[in-house]
Amino acid sequence: MDLTILWFWIIAALFVGYFVLDGFDFGVGMTIPFLGRDETDRRMLINTIGPVWDLNETWLIVAGASLFAAFPEWYATLFSGFYLPLLLILLALIIRGVSFEYRHQRPEASWKRRFDLMIIVGSAVPAFLWGVAFANIIQGVPLDAGHNFTGTLFTLLNPYGILGGLTTLVLFFTHGAVFASLKTEGDIRERARRLASRAGLVAIIVAATFLVWTVVAHFSVPVLILAAIAALSLISSWFANSRGLEGRAFALMAVTVAAAVLTLFTALFPAVMPASNDPANSLTIANASSTEYTLTVMSWTALIFLPLILAYQGWTYWVFRKRITRKHIEAAAH
Amino acid sequence: MNDLLDPLLLSRWQFGLTTVYHFIFVPLTIGMAVTVAGFQTAWVRTGKLHYLQLTRFFGKIFLINFAMGVVTGIVQEFQFGMNWSTYSRFVGDVFGAPLALEGLLAFFLEATFIGLWIFGWDKLAPKLHLATIWIVALGTVLSAYFIIAANAFMQNPVAFRINEERGRAELTNIWELLTNKVALAAFPHTILACFMVSAAVIITAAAWHLARGQHVEAMRPALKVGAWSMLISGGATMLAGDQLSLAMVETQPMKMAAAEAMYNTASGADASFSIFTLGTPDGVHELFSIRIPYLLSFLSTHTFDGTVEGINDLQAQYTQLYGPGDYSPVIWVTYWAFRWMIGLGLASMLVAAAGLWFTRKGREPKRWMWRVAVWAVPMPFLAMTMGWVFTEMGRQPWIVFSLLKTEDAVSPNTTGLDVLISLVAFTVVYGALLVVEFGLLKKTIKAGPDPIEMSPPDDDGVQKPAAPATTVY
Repeated sequence: MDLTILWFWIIAALFVGYFVLDGFDFGVGMTIPFLGRDETDRRMLINTIGPVWDLNETWLIVAGASLFAAFPEWYATLFSGFYLPLLLILLALIIRGVSFEYRHQRPEASWKRRFDLMIIVGSAVPAFLWGVAFANIIQGVPLDAGHNFTGTLFTLLNPYGILGGLTTLVLFFTHGAVFASLKTEGDIRERARRLASRAGLVAIIVAATFLVWTVVAHFSVPVLILAAIAALSLISSWFANSRGLEGRAFALMAVTVAAAVLTLFTALFPAVMPASNDPANSLTIANASSTEYTLTVMSWTALIFLPLILAYQGWTYWVFRKRITRKHIEAAAH
Repeated sequence: MNDLLDPLLLSRWQFGLTTVYHFIFVPLTIGMAVTVAGFQTAWVRTGKLHYLQLTRFFGKIFLINFAMGVVTGIVQEFQFGMNWSTYSRFVGDVFGAPLALEGLLAFFLEATFIGLWIFGWDKLAPKLHLATIWIVALGTVLSAYFIIAANAFMQNPVAFRINEERGRAELTNIWELLTNKVALAAFPHTILACFMVSAAVIITAAAWHLARGQHVEAMRPALKVGAWSMLISGGATMLAGDQLSLAMVETQPMKMAAAEAMYNTASGADASFSIFTLGTPDGVHELFSIRIPYLLSFLSTHTFDGTVEGINDLQAQYTQLYGPGDYSPVIWVTYWAFRWMIGLGLASMLVAAAGLWFTRKGREPKRWMWRVAVWAVPMPFLAMTMGWVFTEMGRQPWIVFSLLKTEDAVSPNTTGLDVLISLVAFTVVYGALLVVEFGLLKKTIKAGPDPIEMSPPDDDGVQKPAAPATTVY
């Protein structure tokens, strides 16, 4: 197989990893106002993602760096073109990341409230904006002959882009609520399950609209199949959640997110940044990629290290597999 | 108004600001990871409780700082594409690879094992738990290597060819890229300086408590560890810096000339090193200086009769090679940054040496000495900042030496307003977080190590230290 095509799919896989993993911890962050009735509840929620949020977020750093290395033109066009949305994502990730570490450093309720708010906002903003960004990549944006984005922020806030943002927002919210019910014990577990059920209905409606729109606009059999997998697993997840099968519901949500991301990448292929104004200005796998030598080096590195990375990250999830109870939190009162 | 909204100028300020800011936290993360791993190793091997206290105490400081390093690092990676897209298109094939390797080999290790370390005290066997912090430390050091190798390409481009048709530099040999002589010299210099930073934090924390006669059992050995690591890493930083100077003279002679603000080529005794200069504000004319003859010759060539090229000669050479233009950096910045780096580094070592001398054989120093020691902490931080300002400003006007100028590297489609918004946003958020971080570090240091709670005696009546809370957040 051509290495450039391989790397298109590795980039897709890295974003699948990022959205499946950081997706649920964005979701947990967003559920705080709904599930966190008291300080113990809120700490339970934050502790469900405590050991893993950083490794989840690192998938983004690796995806970004790999994009830079494998498709410098794609990286340059995307990051300079989507300047302000990416700025907002960065600021959100900054305040969210430090809040996990700072929140528990002082006992005052006002201190904790401030960082709770930063976690909630810092989770919701990227959950929405990543959807906007990816929907716009697929839909195409105006590019000049040098592949530079010529639109503005408002170019990106079109109906399909906003629908994409709402889709990731509600999908991640549901994903997080399901994760919270899987990782906690006591009444919060039940409340999380009910919240996931309500959010799941919204997610089904919004995501189905977005997927149908995507399939119609970029019809091909693989796109249709992947979109169907995403839709069916989302619905199955809702039923599994209703029956209290939390593990299955969570796994199906992960499949939903993965299939939705793959739907978008399949719809994109073989372009990487289609130009909406003039197809001649589009960036494709062929004109955006690095040299075969660079891709060969990267392929060997990925081949050796990705299995190792998956192994130690899987082990981490296994080490922290236990549910968190109120007793755990109260025993560790700050 | 035009100047205020110049995307190039604003992007440069933003990159400078965010890089210097990021590099407040990174050296402390690197140094502290090894410090904490060291104390925890001492605890696991000796079972002495004060080592466990120190592990947890410096562990807290490490974690408060760690998150800031992580989140400000993402900004760095995004910024190449956001603000410097022309640069990214030009170097991506070469420069992207070490960044991707950094992510795959180093960041994943750090980010995964830090979670295991924080939350794993009662879930992992003591030796396995100890291994997690060493893996974090390994990850931090590895990541430093890759990013320095990437930076070294900007200082001394190697292992590439220019593809005229695509208008870009292309990687020809990854091994050659990773063993760039500038990277090999800059890496030990930087890493060792990171240990000076963590040593300063140890010294400050120890001095604070020893001055008040608190936590003496833990803080006396901590002071020794801090002072010795300051002296050893400081000495080694100087030796490594000397190697880096040699590589710099060879690859970027203009930077060495700019470090000394030396306009005319000089050799032997005339190639002197000025410790202090008073001159006209632009640094062109000298009014008064204290000079050490031969020293610049020795630093640049390791001989006393070497010749060091001056700015004027180099400017003439470069004009011939690269066309008309100004090829010298801002001289007063490089001149003073270089001196402050060396001066602050030496002053940090002096504090450490004095600390060891006045506490020898259990002696008690005077109170004012503790106060001086507490204030030692900003010095290596500032020295490190000055070092980076020197090496990055000294590269100007190039973004990639001899290949691409900074002024040609900026994103063509990013408006001045965009960059102004982001610059203001980063300044405000970073400023606020710096206040919070500093406040938390101060509070944590002042609070001192927590007492170790013991678990109830087991069947043999042996009490073990209770693992700290596993639901940390």
